[in-house]
Amino acid sequence: MSTTLSYDRLSEEEKYTQFMERIERGEKIEADDWMPDDYRMTLIKLISMHGISEIMGALPEKEWVPKAPSLRRKLGIMAKVQDEMGHGQLLLRVAEDLMKPLGKTREEIMQDLFRGDLKFHNVFHMPAPTWGDAGLIGWLVDGAAIITQTNMLKASYGPYARALKRICAEEVFHAQHGEAIIMALAEGTEEQRSLIQDAIDRWWESLLMFFGPASSNTTGTSKQDTTIKYRIRTKTNEELRQAFLDKYIPRVLSLGLTIPDETLHYNKEKEQWVYRQPDWNKFKDIVRNNGPKSKDRLDLRITAYENNAWVREALSPAGAGV
Amino acid sequence: MKSVQEAQADPKYKATLTELLYQLADDDFIIAFRGSEWLGLAPHIEEDVAFSSINQDTMGHAAIYYQLLEDLGEGDADALAHGREASQRKNAVLLEEVNGPGHYLKKPLYDWAFAVVRNYFYAQAKKIRIDSLKNSSYRPLADAAVKINMELYYHLLHWKTWFTQLATAKGEAPERMKHAVEKVSADMGGVLTLGPKGEEMAAFGLIEPEEVLTRRWHTEMEKVFESLPLSLPPVQSKHGNGREGVHTEDLNSALTTLGEVYRQNPVASW
Repeated sequence: MSTTLSYDRLSEEEKYTQFMERIERGEKIEADDWMPDDYRMTLIKLISMHGISEIMGALPEKEWVPKAPSLRRKLGIMAKVQDEMGHGQLLLRVAEDLMKPLGKTREEIMQDLFRGDLKFHNVFHMPAPTWGDAGLIGWLVDGAAIITQTNMLKASYGPYARALKRICAEEVFHAQHGEAIIMALAEGTEEQRSLIQDAIDRWWESLLMFFGPASSNTTGTSKQDTTIKYRIRTKTNEELRQAFLDKYIPRVLSLGLTIPDETLHYNKEKEQWVYRQPDWNKFKDIVRNNGPKSKDRLDLRITAYENNAWVREALSPAGAGV
Repeated sequence: MKSVQEAQADPKYKATLTELLYQLADDDFIIAFRGSEWLGLAPHIEEDVAFSSINQDTMGHAAIYYQLLEDLGEGDADALAHGREASQRKNAVLLEEVNGPGHYLKKPLYDWAFAVVRNYFYAQAKKIRIDSLKNSSYRPLADAAVKINMELYYHLLHWKTWFTQLATAKGEAPERMKHAVEKVSADMGGVLTLGPKGEEMAAFGLIEPEEVLTRRWHTEMEKVFESLPLSLPPVQSKHGNGREGVHTEDLNSALTTLGEVYRQNPVASW
């Protein structure tokens, strides 16, 4: 009790200093610990965006769940998309705890999404018109997600780090699921092979965008400096993008597929991939819900939400029966 | 108890057995498909995860039955699931019915009350059937029933919880549930029937007689309805008997969607 009292007497500045010392020592911050508002707000924004992206991310693949071409593939993609919804749920629980002192709930997160105030990942605004896209999402989008999420496994915020540990383990299965679909298509007929090449051509720019701009100069804002300062992540966007290119360019090429960027090459001196920059203005526009499928997917989410309002009412304390 | 070889050596037994397996496989396959259309649209995220898990289990059960058919020489399991015409399907009509107005990718005004009642009634019927199949004269089917039964316990618990909770809630829920109970009952007869070969199925010891199973289902239902402000209307087969290959347009549209990629090249490896 005496420690509590003496802690309460500390000034905000002293608390902040102690907080920074804790995270620099590698200690985990827990939901009930004191934390600077800036840290809390950064986490809420990051984790609710991550959670909502998982949920909106189920929608491009949703299209292919009933259509998967065999019993095994049906089972595989059902399990995969269910995992994504599960990740969304796990992350929203983490975000809800952080929002509690502000008097906010999941309802606000959903309303922010519907109003366009809460953004979701650029890749989930894109169309997935063929079964090739269903494979590519698992293989490369989840592959990219593993790289960004592994970067936060040691996040200073304990509940987020623990959620990510489980999520990353499952994402590895997703990438294998995607890779298995891609391999089957790659070894298949001409038509099947062209499904993958078309999907790569369609997704390449979005995959580069996935890691975010290299610096805030590109798009005007970037949270990467704040998240690195608070030890939520360690690597920069560009380092992550390079790690992705390192891992996947050889794999794509080994399947006899091409990457739609004739300027792409490896600079041995700098040990870096040199690639054509995606259109970052387009990126900004996409995440503002002006992507090709943004409206459709938000509509789907909103329709389901409104259509089921009576169920939530029935489950609420006021609606529950005797 | 008969093995695959013994069943194959007895044409009459085999014909009756395959008839039953098609019913079991097609029932689970089509309701799991309808369930998979709900993905991302359930009333809350927790339910999305749970419902999706149930659909996976159910699709897995269908895969087990199609495999049993493949083992009996009926053809490739994937072809049986994806390639057969509506008129060859033996599922109950109730299970093929659309989830509600709209499309799973566009303005899906799906009816959660219908989902709850259909799945609850079906899970209870399936439980009774599976309990009986544990003693089936066909050994591979009896073995499959033991495995399926373990998952079924949770499905039934899940849907029963939703059913009683919504039926006793305030607001518009009870009215919606009443309407859904009427709609499901109107075709529940199609689920409970074993079709034209039902008597032979019982005579071969593949499953107990239809009347016995139906009575058990009613007994279980009465226990639950007793404490609810709802009554169970007479069970009918208003839109025809799927066990005889009679189906609605809803099955055709389902088959078009679920076989879209498969049909691009049925012999290719996917």
